[in-house]
Parts: sequence; structure tokens; C-alpha cells
Amino acid sequence: MVLESLWTVKEFFVYPNEYIYWAIQIVMYPFMTGLVAGAFVLSSLYHLFGIKPLKEIARFALVFSFALLMVAPLPLLLHLAQPQRSLYVGLTPHFTSAIAAFGVVLFVYGSVVAAELWFLFRKHLVEVSIELKSKTNKSLAEKIKYMVHTILTLGAMDVSDASLKLDAKAIKVLAGVGVPIACFLHGYAGFIFGSVKANALWMTPLMPVIFIMSAIVSGVALCMLIYIIIMGMKKFIVSRKNDSAALSTLKEINSEEISTVQTSVKYLIFFMIFSISLELLDLVFRGYTAVKSWDILRNVIYGTDFINIFLLQYLMGNLVPFILLLLPGLKIRRLIPALLLVLFGVFMMRWNVVIGGQSFSLTFSGYMDYQLPIIPHGLETFKEGLGGALLIAVLPFILFWILNKIFPVLQTKGPD
Amino acid sequence: MNRRDFIKLTIKGTAAVMLVNGLDIIFQPPDVHARTSPRRFVFLVDIYKCIGCGFCVKACKLENEIPFDAGVSRTWVERYVVNGEGEVFADTPKEARYGFTTGRIDLGRGKFKDIPQEKTKKAFFVPKLCNQCEKPSCVQVCPVGATYQNADGVVLIDRKWCIGCGYCIMACPYGMRFFHPVHRVADKCNFCYHRINQGLRPACVQACPTGARLIGNIKDPGDPVEKIIRTQQVAVHKPEYGTNPQVYYVGLGEEVR
Repeated sequence: MVLESLWTVKEFFVYPNEYIYWAIQIVMYPFMTGLVAGAFVLSSLYHLFGIKPLKEIARFALVFSFALLMVAPLPLLLHLAQPQRSLYVGLTPHFTSAIAAFGVVLFVYGSVVAAELWFLFRKHLVEVSIELKSKTNKSLAEKIKYMVHTILTLGAMDVSDASLKLDAKAIKVLAGVGVPIACFLHGYAGFIFGSVKANALWMTPLMPVIFIMSAIVSGVALCMLIYIIIMGMKKFIVSRKNDSAALSTLKEINSEEISTVQTSVKYLIFFMIFSISLELLDLVFRGYTAVKSWDILRNVIYGTDFINIFLLQYLMGNLVPFILLLLPGLKIRRLIPALLLVLFGVFMMRWNVVIGGQSFSLTFSGYMDYQLPIIPHGLETFKEGLGGALLIAVLPFILFWILNKIFPVLQTKGPD
Repeated sequence: MNRRDFIKLTIKGTAAVMLVNGLDIIFQPPDVHARTSPRRFVFLVDIYKCIGCGFCVKACKLENEIPFDAGVSRTWVERYVVNGEGEVFADTPKEARYGFTTGRIDLGRGKFKDIPQEKTKKAFFVPKLCNQCEKPSCVQVCPVGATYQNADGVVLIDRKWCIGCGYCIMACPYGMRFFHPVHRVADKCNFCYHRINQGLRPACVQACPTGARLIGNIKDPGDPVEKIIRTQQVAVHKPEYGTNPQVYYVGLGEEVR
């Protein structure tokens, strides 16, 4: 039997070759690129528009966006039946295909983020490099640290005020250029689906816009969540000191956290409203125009996928967190479940698009049910199963931890 | 040579290469080859003649080395049964490679539906195969150009270049494409191009006992298939997708999915 038959169950009249070919990794792909784009947009709110309360979260979001960015192509790679040929896309790109330019877009965007990171942390890199240079009898770890930092300065050791001002200007320009590219990166993922004319659920010009809005929602939510966790860790460390200086530091951290979080929540709600409105518009429009495919789509949306769409995505992923965020007297304790639910909601949206789009047959008279492989029987079922998805979800955090060694956003207060 | 000269020369050289390449694309695009080719293969299926024996499916699998029990096939036969209430039931059990051995409709998940003969108002078989579309959406979406339309109008796949992304599978409105269970690259019917290119008939056409499946060249005015397509009532499958399919059917009803 073909591999796809392991997770596809067919019912009624389905063409023989139809299976769920785009499985969990293709759910992860837009979810991850969405987080990349969202985190970048959040960081640009400060770097481009100068929204002051977002300063700390902005620096962190940029580094995290970079970590996510490095993971973003992985789901596609894991999905390919011939991953060793993935570079052919660069050798013979066929530009009428919506995925031919993925590498180009990702590379351009990666360069922008990398450049912005470099300008943002150049002063820090130079400082570490100079400090370690003067130190005699360095340990091995320090030697490596010195080498990495010195190479990363790219020889630009000038940290005078004039040169730092230029850095700040460059950051602003890059943040400005980066926002449309980030939106393009993700709108593009939406286009990959929206332009498939054979798929009645996917084909809508709204798809790229819906993807961008939900991307920003997920990116902001994830950055906020991690920011809260980091602040919690900081508070925990400070509170163990147990003296008056520690108490005032604690208060400082608290007030800073609250102001950052309150501002971020405003943007989160704003983008959530946009995202939900567009999704509902799409749904209403499909129901109202009721073209040929509506019969089967209605059965999928209100029938087979009802729990996934209405209970898990709209209710748990949108309505409940929306209420939690809007209730007066915002508490961090209430924020954490709200943000987790928002992330879950966006994940379910991706799921419902990718899997939902394949859960009905091209005959419009049959259904396909997706059963996620949980226990892997081999490499293929690991890649296209729960394990592969978790791997993709965990990797950015490991990368972020490594990146944080070079671009410290967790420990100290950094440059502007 | 100084640096400035080197850069100038590089730019000029690149421009020259691009121009030469561009001229080739402008003056020799694939559709020029297609226009000048004396052949455009088309297929004709006569639904009235199909008896649902499934020999075509069997022959295809053997000829093109598609594992027999893999659950995928380059061609298959569908059965349609319409009852007195106008309800349409359709199935294609095991791609109909053994034909239709029972009167019950296969509903999937191990369920079957009995439609008593006296309630059956209309029943017929519809063979399916790749439409070799004039505007193939599978070719449009391939990110590496591993699938392409040749001058004879047949859409082919380069097994050594396909990366296995599955975008073409998603893009085909007819569900023709699948991952080959052994090679793990996209696969589909190509009218048995290795045979028709040498003047032979496709395996399914040769195996069909009733002449329900015919291959022809629409550019040849003396071709019997060309004559039928030009002079009789024929239809194509799902024209609304704008792919301009080139498998023509005699007797294609609105029930056919």
C-alpha cells in the first residue's frame, strides 16, 4: 500500500489516487512561518514606529524570529518525498509555481533579519570582543567566545556615538523593509494554498490576507508568552536575594512587565479582530454564494469538521481567549492561558485549512479522514507524525537558547 | 585589468548570456514546438461501450509497473448507479482492476449499499485516465519543472528530477496523480508515451475488449478519433477548471464526477 494510506481513511466515493498527501508537516509549515512573520512585526512596532513600552519584547522578538526562521524550511524538507533533491528548486526554479520562489523569499527575509540583528547587537559584540581580548590566560570557553564574537563584529569595531547613530538608522530602515517582506513570506504561504484551483476550500483570494493576520496574532502571542516566562524567571531569581534592593528591583520588573504586556495585548486584540473578521467573511461569502462545491463544504464545515472548526478553533482558540483578554483588570496569571489558547487557535486554523481542505474528495461525493500517526513505525511515520511535529515545535527554542549566548536578550538590559 | 574593468566585463558578459537565453525563449518557446509538431495525442472514451471488465486497469498496471495492490492507479473505471429518486451512487472498488464482481456499491470503511435491480433506473461505467490537458495545472505548479508538456501534448514526469512535494497532486482537479509507491515521486498516466511514440497503442486501448478506449492524433485529418471528436457530440470532464482536457467522452452524463 502507499504510505499515505497509513493515515487516510476514505468514505463514500473517492477517486482511487486521492489521499491526504499534505499532512502534519504542511500544517507546521504555515504555523512556523506565521510565527516568524508575527514575531518580526512585533519587533518592528518598536524599531520602526518607536512604541516605547515594547522595547524589551522587541529585541527579544527579533532574536526569536531569527530562531524560528531557521526552522521554517524544515517542515517542508521533512515533507518532501525526495528531500535530497530539495536544492533543485534553486537549480531549476520553475517560476509559474507558487513554491519555486520560497527559497529566494526566505533567503532575502533571513538576510534582512540577520542584518538587523547585527546592527542591534554590534555594540555588544564589540564590547565582549574587546573585553576578552585584553584578558590574559583565557579558558577554552572564553577563547571560543572571543573568536565567535570577534568574527561576528565583521571587523567593524567603531562604537563611537556617530557610528551607533548610524546603526540605529540602519535598524529603522531594515525594520521598515522587513515588515513587507515578512508579510510577503507569509502571504506567500497563503498564496500557495489560495491558488490551488482544484481545491474548493483553499481557493480564495482572501487566503494570503487571512494567513498574514493570523500569523501576526500567533507571533505576538508566542513572544508575549515567552516574555512573561522570562520575566517570571527574573523575578524568581531576584526574589531569592531577599533584601531591600531586591524588593525595588522586583517592583521595577513588575511595572515594566505590566506596561509591556498591556501594550502588546492591545495589538494582539487588534489583529485578532482583523483575523476573525476575515475568516468569518470568507465563511459567510461561501455560504451566501453557494456555488457547486458548497454542498460538500457545508458538510465538512458544519459536519465532519465541526469540532475542529467551531469548538476548537473559533470557541477555544478565539472566543475564550478574546474574553480573557478583554476582561477588566488584566492579570499575568489570566494572560498565560489566554495566550496559550490563542496559539492553539491559530494552530487549529492551519490544521483546518490544510487537513480540512483535503478531507473531502474531488468527486464532491466522498470524504477522507486524517489520522495523525502517533507511534512511529519507521522514519516516514515519524516525519509525518506527532514526533516530527513536536521536533519542529521544539527546535526554535533550542536555537533561541544558543542564539541567546551571542545575542543576549534574557540576562541583561541591552542597547536600544 | 583593474577592478572597475573586471566588474564592467562581468556585467557585459552576464547581459550577453541572458540575452542569448532570452532570445531562445522568445523565438523557440515550447508552444512553438507544439504548434509545429505534426501530432497532438487525444483520447476518446465511449461510455456506451464500456462493460466495466477492468482489463484496462490490469493492463496499465502491468505495462507501467504500478504495484498491483498499492491502492493507486494510472487509470481506473467508475461505476454509476442512479435509482428512482435520482440519487447517484458511485464507486470504483480496487480501481476496478478485477472489474465489478458484485452488485453492491462500495461506500468505504467496509460498508456496502445494495441497490435492487428493479430500483435501478440507470447504470454505466466511466473509465478515467489522465486528460493530458492543454493547460495543465500540474505543470504550472511544479516548482522544479520536473513535469512538463511535450510537443505532442502529453504531460510527462522526470522521475530523476521530481522532489516529491506533492503540489501537482494537489493541483490536479481530476485526482490523476499520486506518489509512486516504489519510486516515491509523482506519477500518472502518460497515454503510454513509450508505446504511442513508436506507433503502438496504449496498453489499456489494446486490452479493451469492446473498443471503448481509443487513442488518436487530432492533428491528422484522416484519424478516426479526430473524425468522431469533430463530427459527434463529445464532452470533456470538468471543463470549468479551465485546463482544457484532451480526453473526450461519448455519452458523458451530468452524474459523472
